[in-house]
Amino acid sequence: MPFYVSPEQSMKDKADYARKGIARGRSAVVLQYDGGILLVADNMSRTLHKISELYDRVAFAAVGRGNEFENLRLGGVRYADAHGYAYDRRDVTGRMLANAYAQTLGTVFSESNKPWEVEIVVAEVGDDADSDQIYRITFDGSVADEKGLVGMGGSAEAVTNALKERFDPAAPLSEALSAAMYALSHEQHERRELDAANLEVAILERAREHRKFRRIRGARLERLIEEARAADSSASSGSEGSSNGNGAESGA
Amino acid sequence: MSEAFEGGRLPAAYMNPGMSSFTEFLSAVHPDLLPNWRDLPQASGAHNLTPDATTIVALTFSGGVLLAGDRRATSGNVIANRDMEKLFRADEFSAVAIAGAAGIGIELARLYQVELEHYEKRESRPLSLEGKANRLANMLRGNLGLAMQGFVVVPLLVGYDEARDIGRIFSYDPVGGRYEEQRYHSIGSGSVFAKGSLKKLFTDDLTEEQAVQAAVQALYDAAEDDSATGGPDLHRKIYPLVDIVTEEGYRRLPTDEVARVAETVVAGRAERPDGPNAPLA
Repeated sequence: MPFYVSPEQSMKDKADYARKGIARGRSAVVLQYDGGILLVADNMSRTLHKISELYDRVAFAAVGRGNEFENLRLGGVRYADAHGYAYDRRDVTGRMLANAYAQTLGTVFSESNKPWEVEIVVAEVGDDADSDQIYRITFDGSVADEKGLVGMGGSAEAVTNALKERFDPAAPLSEALSAAMYALSHEQHERRELDAANLEVAILERAREHRKFRRIRGARLERLIEEARAADSSASSGSEGSSNGNGAESGA
Repeated sequence: MSEAFEGGRLPAAYMNPGMSSFTEFLSAVHPDLLPNWRDLPQASGAHNLTPDATTIVALTFSGGVLLAGDRRATSGNVIANRDMEKLFRADEFSAVAIAGAAGIGIELARLYQVELEHYEKRESRPLSLEGKANRLANMLRGNLGLAMQGFVVVPLLVGYDEARDIGRIFSYDPVGGRYEEQRYHSIGSGSVFAKGSLKKLFTDDLTEEQAVQAAVQALYDAAEDDSATGGPDLHRKIYPLVDIVTEEGYRRLPTDEVARVAETVVAGRAERPDGPNAPLA
């Protein structure tokens, strides 16, 4: 080991390390749709989640090293519940959680030997589309207030560009999922075929009472993917008005 | 929020996996938020520091379980509150009501709601009904110090057991003892009268509508004989609160539905003040 490493070199090495770690994993996207916010991750596991509920209106999505973002998820749930309990449920916001994560990751990045190889999104659904918030927090503690959509993970740039092609904040859920699946299929060096077995899907539904977060899985997910594929093919065959599947309304 | 939020970041204690209990997390990190202060001075004049909340009834029926409570809270002879809410949605398939020291009971119910939700968010699945019942017992035991000072609170928990497809009732004592009740139960100062009434009105095949009627009758009887229990206030339109839990989940009966039942009960009492007559054999 060298006796002295310049701070710039040290930081650059840490940043490269973290980026490489994140790049090895799969991707995830977060985007607005007409009923709220949709979160989709490329995830082979049905039980180990990358997308989670933090509070009534706030969701968490992460890519990278599982045990590291799981710690952050737990910390966020505790922080949100403690704050909502000490004050009121309405006093918990996405911004405070994003800031807490930013400070935590920033400290880890500066002060510990190994940065955490994670990238996080904190999404908050508002009373209308204009008050929706999507924050991206990177491994070094930078927070960005994103407009409408975020792509992150292994092939973030390719996925984000693909998402931008099809993104429409006023799209119904099935079309938004179609855009998400299209984006996620642009993993570097391979075109992935995504279906219910390797998609983790959740929404923050504006119209829902109390807890807006809802996972979409099982039969409901398969139906929604069908609708998304139908929307996809009717759009590409040039027909007017895509199918108006409203997966968000399906029963429990 | 107390200490250790240096630089706004999440303290290490927040990120240690540890137990899934929100209450235990708070007692480690924010004990000031919990309603059990250990070093209270011995005092005897504690009675009127918080009003007493009274009668609660619970009944099972075919399809679920019902919880109902009157609206009165008293401080000695004074009616401190005539529209108190003593019933709380605990989570999607359970509800809890409190009798006793109102201030502490409300705090306990609120903490319990967060406790259940917290567990569900952490573990991605809700607690079993037994687990929920045990957690409440444990939290109540934490209140024993206050109970011995005179701030006694007892909850009544009802829940829909999805595993068995039935509604279940759990009662508690101030020490945290947990008891499963069959068919129906009542707690609070008017519980003796409510139970007597339910003994004659309850059958094992009540519909939901009939269960509501039985509950309102029982609370009416409790209000007639216990000054700390309030009957329906038709003028101010303040009626008992009624919560129902079935396989569809938790639901609070809208005021106008309870009003309809209460008005029918009151009209029936004009004919026969003691209420419906049970056959002798």
